[in-house]
Amino acid sequence: MTISRRNVLKVLAAGGAAAAFAEPAGAREPRPSGPDDLGMLFDATLCVGCRACQTACKVANGLPPDTENVPGALYDAPLDLNGSTKNVIKLAVEGDASTFMKMQCMHCADPSCVSVCMAGALHKQPDGIVAYDKGTCVGCRYCQVACPFNVPKFQWHTAVPVIVKCELCRDRKNGKGAACAEVCPREAVKYGRRAALLAEAKERIRRSPGKYFEDRVYGEADGGGTNVLYLSPKEVSFKALGLPTLPKFAPAQKAEAVQHGIYKLGIAPVALYAAVTWAQLRVKAKAASEAAHAEHEEGK
Amino acid sequence: MEIGSVFGAGLGGVSRRDFIKVCSAAAAAVGLPAWAAEKMAENVASGRKPSVIWLHYQECTGCSESLLRSSAPDVAELILDLVSLDYHETLFAASGKQIEAALEKAMEENKGKYVLVVEGAIPLKDDGIYCYVGGKKAVDTLKRVAADAAAVVAIGSCASWGGIPSSYPNPTQAVGAPEVLKGSGKAVVTLPGCPANPYNLLGTVLQYATFKTLPKLDERGRPLFAYGRVIHEDCQRRPHFDAGRFAQVFGDEGHRNGYCLYKLGCKGPQTHANCSLLDYCEVPGAWPVGIGHPCVGCTEQGILFGGSTTLETPIYTNLPIEKPTAPFAYPGVGPAQGKMAPAAAGVAGLVIGAAAGAAFVASKKLSKDEGGDEGKK
Repeated sequence: MTISRRNVLKVLAAGGAAAAFAEPAGAREPRPSGPDDLGMLFDATLCVGCRACQTACKVANGLPPDTENVPGALYDAPLDLNGSTKNVIKLAVEGDASTFMKMQCMHCADPSCVSVCMAGALHKQPDGIVAYDKGTCVGCRYCQVACPFNVPKFQWHTAVPVIVKCELCRDRKNGKGAACAEVCPREAVKYGRRAALLAEAKERIRRSPGKYFEDRVYGEADGGGTNVLYLSPKEVSFKALGLPTLPKFAPAQKAEAVQHGIYKLGIAPVALYAAVTWAQLRVKAKAASEAAHAEHEEGK
Repeated sequence: MEIGSVFGAGLGGVSRRDFIKVCSAAAAAVGLPAWAAEKMAENVASGRKPSVIWLHYQECTGCSESLLRSSAPDVAELILDLVSLDYHETLFAASGKQIEAALEKAMEENKGKYVLVVEGAIPLKDDGIYCYVGGKKAVDTLKRVAADAAAVVAIGSCASWGGIPSSYPNPTQAVGAPEVLKGSGKAVVTLPGCPANPYNLLGTVLQYATFKTLPKLDERGRPLFAYGRVIHEDCQRRPHFDAGRFAQVFGDEGHRNGYCLYKLGCKGPQTHANCSLLDYCEVPGAWPVGIGHPCVGCTEQGILFGGSTTLETPIYTNLPIEKPTAPFAYPGVGPAQGKMAPAAAGVAGLVIGAAAGAAFVASKKLSKDEGGDEGKK
């Protein structure tokens, strides 16, 4: 192919058409929790580590028991979230103080897993639940990498694997909400509307100043806000509880701003495509002219 | 006064063998070693039965009633064979001046040797005028009888710290025997419970009768053999707790299946008592948790009967676990991250370097070959 005006225009047209399908988006607005979002409140000062929630979660979600055992434990207890565990109680230790930690999906207001999910299998429901649709999941596991809480788990040992994570018992039909909250003997975990739970958490802090770590609720703004909120005793930091220190904005918001900014109006891909095409055509043209030169020499 | 004459019964017809059997049962029931039975029998045979004086104040007599229903040793064996019960208002046939005379006589005869058992709270308000026995104020009698006692045992929650009479708003300012005898230097063994398990009294009294010693006590005067552990630790429903199986409401399936009662308000995790280990009057399951009601914490001051300043913990409210399951039974928050050893890092570096070098050499060779081809062309 020779570099003709016609060819260059053809290439540019193809690149432009491809770029036109890319989402034209720039820095986007934050997506806070809705007023009617469902969520949970976990108060680590109340949890006694009975693990009733673990059992209830397995029963409610029809998950098989774990065969891996904590050394010395009396019962088959999951070591961590995994392909058959959506909810786990762990021991958080900081210095001499310790408390129990309930780990499950945080149902972020602006979830990273939803942001990275190419198939839309993970999606935010209107009620605030981060739900999973196994029918559209392609098994890329981007969500595992994206989640700042290390929550989504993949079924490595299954022929037809799915992503396993808490969906706040959205398929539970008895109207009692999350099974873990229903069975908790001390209301250490409560299920309800996020706004009401946040108000209650703040009320608890107000009633007992100094009882809670930093006198604040984790998840109110952390990582752009989560629908599952945490209170920790003052001796045990949120970090020791296994909750990462996150900025006040959602990581997905910034990441999308960068990623989508590149594709804004298709300029970047078109420019890249044009540059690559130009370089390719230049190499080819050079080769053709060299060949013609050699032929000319031989013909002499 | 001769016990037999009071009860209209005598000791006659008991063989040594039968008697040692009684003593063995008593020793076993209260956790004394087997050879204690022999010693107990010897003491009794040689007439060294401990004299017991039993005083009643603000109470319901439930502790005496439960003692009457113990079966090994039963009350007849206890008060006729093993100890010499010299004053007990409920059990004595005598009354009025006659029984008061018995008290004086017992105190005089066994001065410094008798065991004083106190049942019931003592009111202190308005100079203690709210409880009179035989024309004397409770607080005065207690102080006087305790002064010459070899050992003082407070049976039941009322005598231990005030119990029900001391419940908010505590109109008579009821307190327990330890509070009244605080300045006297007398150590008081407290056996709280509503009512107290009679075997805890038997254990204490029989140990004193046999060895002239008192059991080891905790900081509240409770014998460690009975109150050293919390109910939760030895509860027969504990496996349900460990497995996270709770009765959600009274009468649900879990409740009917004997699940843990913690969610219904069980105070077992903070209540020190041996209810879960020692059957009440040898009736299996005859205690709150056994019959499907959460422990109410009757042996703990401040849980069921909160004392005079605070309101009690409601029966439906549960408490934090005082001694939680061993921490090693839980996974840690952060999974243990393996650290890379320097040697391993070096090996990995070498491998990567070798691969990179090989790739470079191969690519050079490839481009040389290509050049050669072109040259041939």
